[in-house]
Amino acid sequence: MANKPIVDFEAIKNNLTNVSKPIQVLNENAEITDQEIFDTFSDDDLVEFMKKMVWERALHEQTMNFSRQGRMGFYAPTEGEEASEMGTVLAMKKQDYLLPAYRDVPQLIQHGATVTEAYLWSRGHILGNKYKARSMMPQIIIGAAYVEAAGVGLGIKKNKEEDTIAFTYTGDGGTSQGDSYEGMNFAGAFQSPVLFIVQNNGFAISTPRAKQTAAPTLAQKAVAAGIPSVQVDGMDILACYAVAKAARDYMVAGNGPVLIETLTYRFGAHSSAGDDPKRYRTKEQEQPWFDKDPLIRLRKVLEDKGLWSEEQEDKLVDEYKASFKESIKEADSVPADKVSDMLKRTFEIPTPEMKQEIDKFEAKESK
Amino acid sequence: MAKKTYIQAITDALDIVLEDDPKTLIFGEDVGKNGGVFRTTQGLQDKYGEDRVFDTPLAESGIMGLATGLGLTGWRPIPEIQFMGFSFEAVDQIAGQLARMRFRFDGLRTAPVTIRTPYGGGTHTAEMHADNLENFFTGIPGLRVVMPSNPYDAKGLLISSVENNDPVLFMENLKLYRSMKDDIPDGKYTVPLDKANVVREGNDITVVAYGAEVNEALKVADSLAEKNISVEVIDLRTVSPIDTETIFKSIQKTHKVVIVQEAQKMAGVGAQVASAIAEGAVLSLDAPVGRVAAPNSVYPFALGEDIWIPRAKEIEEKVNEILNY
Repeated sequence: MANKPIVDFEAIKNNLTNVSKPIQVLNENAEITDQEIFDTFSDDDLVEFMKKMVWERALHEQTMNFSRQGRMGFYAPTEGEEASEMGTVLAMKKQDYLLPAYRDVPQLIQHGATVTEAYLWSRGHILGNKYKARSMMPQIIIGAAYVEAAGVGLGIKKNKEEDTIAFTYTGDGGTSQGDSYEGMNFAGAFQSPVLFIVQNNGFAISTPRAKQTAAPTLAQKAVAAGIPSVQVDGMDILACYAVAKAARDYMVAGNGPVLIETLTYRFGAHSSAGDDPKRYRTKEQEQPWFDKDPLIRLRKVLEDKGLWSEEQEDKLVDEYKASFKESIKEADSVPADKVSDMLKRTFEIPTPEMKQEIDKFEAKESK
Repeated sequence: MAKKTYIQAITDALDIVLEDDPKTLIFGEDVGKNGGVFRTTQGLQDKYGEDRVFDTPLAESGIMGLATGLGLTGWRPIPEIQFMGFSFEAVDQIAGQLARMRFRFDGLRTAPVTIRTPYGGGTHTAEMHADNLENFFTGIPGLRVVMPSNPYDAKGLLISSVENNDPVLFMENLKLYRSMKDDIPDGKYTVPLDKANVVREGNDITVVAYGAEVNEALKVADSLAEKNISVEVIDLRTVSPIDTETIFKSIQKTHKVVIVQEAQKMAGVGAQVASAIAEGAVLSLDAPVGRVAAPNSVYPFALGEDIWIPRAKEIEEKVNEILNY
């Protein structure tokens, strides 16, 4: 028997990471680490990025307020993820097909749904799903959007739609779902234009990233499916935008899918429905991430350039919050759905049994 | 008009829908070059090209997700699940996604998908290849479930399924694939997705069946006819929806009913028919509802199939029992 094994598995295990270090344009101290990319942005661009993040933070705060007042249904907090969410979605075009998950409502609104529609979705009203934006509804089943995105991407390719991709989001937990792999593998096999975005915010409800997988990065899960992937600093909107735009440019040139893992953090709870992060993480663990707040980082750059002020931001926040109050009023004014109408949506041509049920409920409703 | 097997009738239907509608797509495991493991899609890739008829990676949830996504972008997918037992891998995509699409979007986005899949016992396949899972899938609102019992219906029902704008689960009976031939009209014809078929008229007792059990019921009708007993046989054709009107009309005439299924007895199609009768036509009966079904066990290994699946003998015993009540 030879003393030396035929293969050194431990050495292979220690060398698994085949994804380069996270891409950054601004570091945690708001110092420019990639001047060439930074210079591609005009002052107006930088202000626009800041406005979008302020908008998303205001949306989060006002919506959580509505939630505490009992005026919302299920809604997932987004504080901390503004750079990751706005940076990626702003690099997309209206003709792109979005397949969001439930924490991606801000991107859905950016992509063309109204805030009123988003609120109706949260409350559970059909009009919350009938937006004109080219998008699925926020997916509740983790991973399901990944396999569907592979199909949408193939559809776009078969339709010969120019300058168009599918883009979809999941989280760190989502990468554990079998569907995530199936979706990536199908998109890879068909070389369809699908941008898979993994927002690694550290937690799947309470389960930390470290317990989710032994893989050193989530990005490298794409490598097994033959898909190029990168990690990006998810608290740096300039990096998130630049990487998403580069991915999109690469795909519309006729190439297959790409995966981006954004390293971000969920500042608050999993959802508006009673989750308490204090049960599973400490202030000491949270603080380094709070210090990386994407708004702080870009705000510093803008203030140094004389492009931003506290008063300006306060005024914007007030404007945004006032508009969200208008949106919820509009949502309040929408009449309740009828059971007969819900039944009619089951089939295009109702079955005989469904016809009887519809008649029964219409008779009740007309009383 | 030509004599065709169940498989040939299905191939014929697929050829017609591919020709008729340039948005139809056929895909699944081995359906392309190989023409499917049963040759159901044989020749179609050659005729319509790899863009329309293509092989996929081996993953059922992926296949169904592909169908959902292609439906969202304007295509009319006809995916194949190679054997119905494999559909457990795709339950979220079928039940949680596809079947809800119209309901979620009020028709703004739809899933005009026809899932073809073989099922059914009697051919001694490996485990998970013969399971009849209609009991499971008929519980999913928004999904139609179609189970043809003969080549003529298979062609007409498949064309109707593909033309329907909602998802349809089209179950193809393995035992019937090559065991019978019908005269099949050339070209297009349809069979409705919500009408049962009275395949044999009779006055003494009604036998409600579907899939391969329709032929078994007809054997019983032939055998009892020699004893001057007249059996009416109803072929459900579709098990979601179930055409209760045709069943009630028959029972009002015969006053007796036996419900037959190849699948396990628990909470399924036969139970649904029995409960519909209890609600809507019980006073027409002068004997209890008779049921013939497989026992509530796991689907048996190959060598157990022939004794586990109820066939003509068990149906005839039950019919006699109800007649002599």
